[in-house]
Amino acid sequence: MTEKSQINADLLRPLFRTSWRFFALVGFLGFFVVAAFAAFGYQMYTGIGVWGIRRPAFWAFDITNFVFWIGISHAGTLISAILRLANATWRRPVTRCAEVITVFALSIGAMFPIIHLGRPWLAFWLIPYPSERQIWPNFRPPLAWDFFAINTYLIGSVAFLTLPIVPDWALVRDKANGWRKRVYGILAMGWRGTPKQWSRLESAMHIVAIAIIPVAVSVHTVVSWDFAMAPVPMWHSTIFGPYFVAGAIFSGIAALILAMAGLRKLLHLKDYLKPLHFDNLGKLLLMMSLLWFYFIFAERLTTWYGNEPSEMAVFWATQRGAYAPLFWTMVFCNFLLPFPILAIKKLRTITGTVIASVAVVVGMWLERFLIIVPSLTHKYMPYNWGTYQPTWVEITIMIGTFAGMGLLYALFSKAVPIISIWELKVGLHASSVVRSPLSVAGTSGRLTTGHGQLTTDN
Amino acid sequence: MEPKAQKKWAMVVDLDRCTGCEACVVACHAENNIPTVGEKEAAIGRAMHWIRVERYYEGDFPNVKVKFQPVFCQHCDAAPCEPVCPTYASYHTPDGLNGQVYNRCIGTRYCANACPYHVRFFNFFNPAWEKPLDLQLNPDVSVREVGVMEKCTFCVQRIKATEIRAKAEEREIQDGEVQPACAQTCPPKALVFGDLNDPRSEVARLAGSNRATRLLEDLGTKPKVIYLQRDSWHDGKESD
Repeated sequence: MTEKSQINADLLRPLFRTSWRFFALVGFLGFFVVAAFAAFGYQMYTGIGVWGIRRPAFWAFDITNFVFWIGISHAGTLISAILRLANATWRRPVTRCAEVITVFALSIGAMFPIIHLGRPWLAFWLIPYPSERQIWPNFRPPLAWDFFAINTYLIGSVAFLTLPIVPDWALVRDKANGWRKRVYGILAMGWRGTPKQWSRLESAMHIVAIAIIPVAVSVHTVVSWDFAMAPVPMWHSTIFGPYFVAGAIFSGIAALILAMAGLRKLLHLKDYLKPLHFDNLGKLLLMMSLLWFYFIFAERLTTWYGNEPSEMAVFWATQRGAYAPLFWTMVFCNFLLPFPILAIKKLRTITGTVIASVAVVVGMWLERFLIIVPSLTHKYMPYNWGTYQPTWVEITIMIGTFAGMGLLYALFSKAVPIISIWELKVGLHASSVVRSPLSVAGTSGRLTTGHGQLTTDN
Repeated sequence: MEPKAQKKWAMVVDLDRCTGCEACVVACHAENNIPTVGEKEAAIGRAMHWIRVERYYEGDFPNVKVKFQPVFCQHCDAAPCEPVCPTYASYHTPDGLNGQVYNRCIGTRYCANACPYHVRFFNFFNPAWEKPLDLQLNPDVSVREVGVMEKCTFCVQRIKATEIRAKAEEREIQDGEVQPACAQTCPPKALVFGDLNDPRSEVARLAGSNRATRLLEDLGTKPKVIYLQRDSWHDGKESD
């Protein structure tokens, strides 16, 4: 068997063969997704009072999950675009599973502004359309900007994900019979692998990759403005834009590492997702961990020096008050634990990076919670200070989002080769010409010289 | 009739007069069809009182001073709640009120987060009144459904009724003719309502007092509720 047919066999296997384990996984994850929808239905029927939100914490788990999932979505497209533009050759097996995270995490995150409404059935009033009510939506609130920013990012990242899938769908079409041939024939959109098609795909990928980077940065900046635009202590801050973007990329990389580790195990991709990839992403995660620490340090230090009474109330509530256990858990998860693991080469293994990533995902969720709730419960007038406790409804919905992410990912990996087959082959194709220093060191990194002649039928 | 001057409705709260009796709270509930949420809900902070009397304590026993401070929507001229509403439910009326259009509200609760005064209340459930209490609902005020934000309106239904009556009788509205339920009820007359644009009104006169302050004024919200600070606290002397 040649290397190329080995790739075909390995990466197309999940599309053609399905074991009982897959159905068990779908059933397991599906159960929690159904439970979350049931909880949402119960909330709509009874009233949002079945949540734990109360005065003054009118936002809590809902917006935490919103910011968290939009943050996770920054893994994929942004990282993949940067790696593509930098022509980092080790990216080939990583890009697609990263881009998928973006599309699904964004879809999940974007549901929360609807789920969290008091009257979710009227969510369409946020859309500008000529209605019998004869009023436009108000374009001044950051919530309305969110609507446009997130939709732009969603459209862009769907394009960024599907463009490089087309040649792979064509490959599946050519290998399949029966209904699969018909379905993938439609999806492949007439891909024949002509030089013209390749060159168009290449320029389209370049354009989208360049365009998507500022979009990704702007999306989480706009999300941060949901808070920064309101005169609430510790919200009203100029640091929030870059702080949120950095945090988003940080949690995104962690999610990507977890997804890759899961795929590697479940789909037997040991030969493709190699320790090298986890090592490189681990280094990126290390850099983002340091950057995150810089941001939280800068935020806390300036607040403390400013010594503004209303802000200090929030500051001390998180630093050593009721929220201190969560705050210091966050510092541990985002910095103290991942830093040594990722900094020491011996520990930066697959297991090491996975442990660090789990910590980062937990830590970044806590970060979003700690931005929202302590500020809302410690606004200017102490008589109205309050507290917050989630109920089972909020928790069920949150668990449902995690299960939903896993479910969408599992279903996607059944419909699409989760590793870009043609891009992998481009790497192989080039390897006969030039060997990179990385591959000499016993890894899979290869240099490329272009792929003008490559077709899908090999 | 020449065009009438634009009204600027405002309230003065004389903290020297407030005894903390909370008659205003009861009056407001009755006038504005504000539901009571029950013991359990109230305990976790979901009670709805468009006006509340905040109590702040100073000093240690036995030399304790209690300060009562009635707080309700400040009807800010630069209201943080207004620009953040995506559906214009929170809206500035021409006569300077912070309107809340219940039918437009979809319940993002952003306005309540942006409001520094904590005067916005959310219907976590559909309101319910035990029979026969449902018969005493005020027909001039709409009952709000689940998922909708609500707050003090300066009894806009009374303002509108007075405007209509004055227009029918072809005259100006007299100072003191509009009385929100809280001001009407207040036994020591700590609450005074009127038109700030009319220099002869009681409100305008009191607003010129050297005791006049506004709540969290430094946030730049330009509130239209004026608090007359307690003079009696200073130097052990009673106020003027």
